[in-house]
Amino acid sequence: MLTILFDGIAYGMLLFVLAVGLAVTLGLMNFINLAHGAFAMAGGYITVFAMQKAGLPFLACLPLAFVGVALIGALLERTLYRPMYGKPHLDQVLFSIGLAFMAVAGLDYFVGSSQQNIQLPEWLRGRTEIGDGALLLGMGHYRLFIIAVCAVLTVVLQFILARTRFGSRLRAAVDDPRVASGLGINVNVVFLLTFAVGSGLAGLGGALGAEILGLDPTFPLKYMIYFLIVVSVGGTSSITGPLLAALLLGIADVAGKYYIPKMGAFTVYLLMILILMWRPQGLFTRKGAR
Amino acid sequence: MSGKTPGRPKFSGSPRGTGEAKPGPGGHVTDWQKPLLKKARWRWWEFVLWAGAFALPLVTPSHSLMINEIAIVALFAMSLDLILGYTGIVSLGHAAFFGFGAYAAALFAKLVMPDPTVGLAVAIVLCALLGAVASITILRGTDLTRLMVTLGTALLLLELANKLDWLTGGADGLQGVVMGPVLGLFEFDLFGRTAAWYSLTVVLVLFLLMRRLVQSPFGATLKAIRDNRLRAMAIGVPVAARMVTVYTIAAAVAGAAGALLAQTTGFASLDVLAFDRSADVLLMLVIGGVGWLYGGVAGAIVFRLLQDWLSAVTPQYWMFWIGLILVLLVLVGRDRLLRPRTWFGRKPA
Repeated sequence: MLTILFDGIAYGMLLFVLAVGLAVTLGLMNFINLAHGAFAMAGGYITVFAMQKAGLPFLACLPLAFVGVALIGALLERTLYRPMYGKPHLDQVLFSIGLAFMAVAGLDYFVGSSQQNIQLPEWLRGRTEIGDGALLLGMGHYRLFIIAVCAVLTVVLQFILARTRFGSRLRAAVDDPRVASGLGINVNVVFLLTFAVGSGLAGLGGALGAEILGLDPTFPLKYMIYFLIVVSVGGTSSITGPLLAALLLGIADVAGKYYIPKMGAFTVYLLMILILMWRPQGLFTRKGAR
Repeated sequence: MSGKTPGRPKFSGSPRGTGEAKPGPGGHVTDWQKPLLKKARWRWWEFVLWAGAFALPLVTPSHSLMINEIAIVALFAMSLDLILGYTGIVSLGHAAFFGFGAYAAALFAKLVMPDPTVGLAVAIVLCALLGAVASITILRGTDLTRLMVTLGTALLLLELANKLDWLTGGADGLQGVVMGPVLGLFEFDLFGRTAAWYSLTVVLVLFLLMRRLVQSPFGATLKAIRDNRLRAMAIGVPVAARMVTVYTIAAAVAGAAGALLAQTTGFASLDVLAFDRSADVLLMLVIGGVGWLYGGVAGAIVFRLLQDWLSAVTPQYWMFWIGLILVLLVLVGRDRLLRPRTWFGRKPA
């Protein structure tokens, strides 16, 4: 019981890190990026290669995945994504699906379609159990590690967005790009940095999640719907919304698979449709957001 | 006394006067109707296209199966055009109705009776019902919300079809569907000629209906909703009712396409509901051009030929090329694709 809750929280935290970049591009820049999962996959593969080929330790790979994917994201933003900001949503959807397809097939070509494994270091493999009976709480150390990392990230992100100069510039640039640039804010640079950090976070999530979610070339399409659920249900006006939605989704998914395995993902989809019918802008959103 | 009855003054000038618009008594065409009617007029190449399509199975019997398939996906793409191109509803889950129609037709043939026309009608009605129910979900929210609920609906049905394996055969697909002869007269043959003609006939009938629909005042209100929903509401278009209606119709047509596929191949499997199918049909429509019924036809033909050619060159990496085409298409600009003159030089301001 508690173990399921714990696993669900870990899963949800992971989903949050994976999806928060999407929440930023979607909510702040109003861009529907279905290729977000491809960035996460890139992070996962960077980690796998760095560990297998270069023999780097797992902990050193995580920042590498973040930086590497952030650079890719920055490059793509500058070259491909920027012309898309003003286009209709249909164009954005087509464009980003196309990118995701290319990433899937390209990786398949270069790496092969087999599932990749990550060798976790010894100190992350164990499991601690507290209590017994119905209150038994079994905590995998790796999941504990994920929760800790993600919690720290959330706090840092919230701090940056709400308290720093960059955060207020970003919010200004989002609310009205013209006025913001008139006030001397370099909107393009702000968007570029934001996109890069968002992609980098996805890459970090992909690296962290490779062990739990599995990593193969179809990753972007398999988890696309989950990222989108987090963002659309959570609403895009803050980062607490996606966080709560991700936790909800994680717990619901793990519990659903444990208690009613016959239903599979059915419950999750049904819940999502019902929630979106009830609150089309997402559960945790202020009125008046776009 | 015989002769002309006096009384009515003669109109001066041409009978369809260029003067003030007259609210013509029944049948008379007023000025403001002319451009609309001109748009709705049949062109010569449309007759050629349809005549050619029906002649093809005779000319190249070996390609009948492919013609059948193209006709079916063209119909599917046209149904998406009704909601995407004419009404502006972005859907990533249109395969939901296609797949539902396919399973409905296959199950009907297997469990109730093998007659194809009755099965088709049943599938259409069931899909219309499903569409009417599903249309509630797309009325509110932004593009993202709609994207999510349409995608969610398709995934929901996919999950259902997978889990209800006692009914649908699950991942193995629904096998053992035997179809009776069309109208009790024409047996389905091995080369698929009957199948091709059957599908083409159904596609033509539904196309005529859709053509009439989008060129009617009803169709004009759909375009108004697409272009500016707020203004459409302001001039008195019942936006929600229109969206429900058109979504239902599109679902029914997509269901017909799915039913045709299941009936002509005698098989229904999970891939009729898969995400790839929704994405493919979207791509077809975009290649052919949205907001134009023939866009679906053109897109289906181009897509199928591309698929044949690219899979022959690189069998596994079809997805890569499809992605590349999508990206280039959007970067060049969808509206400029059909006008090659605008590819080079500056963008219009």
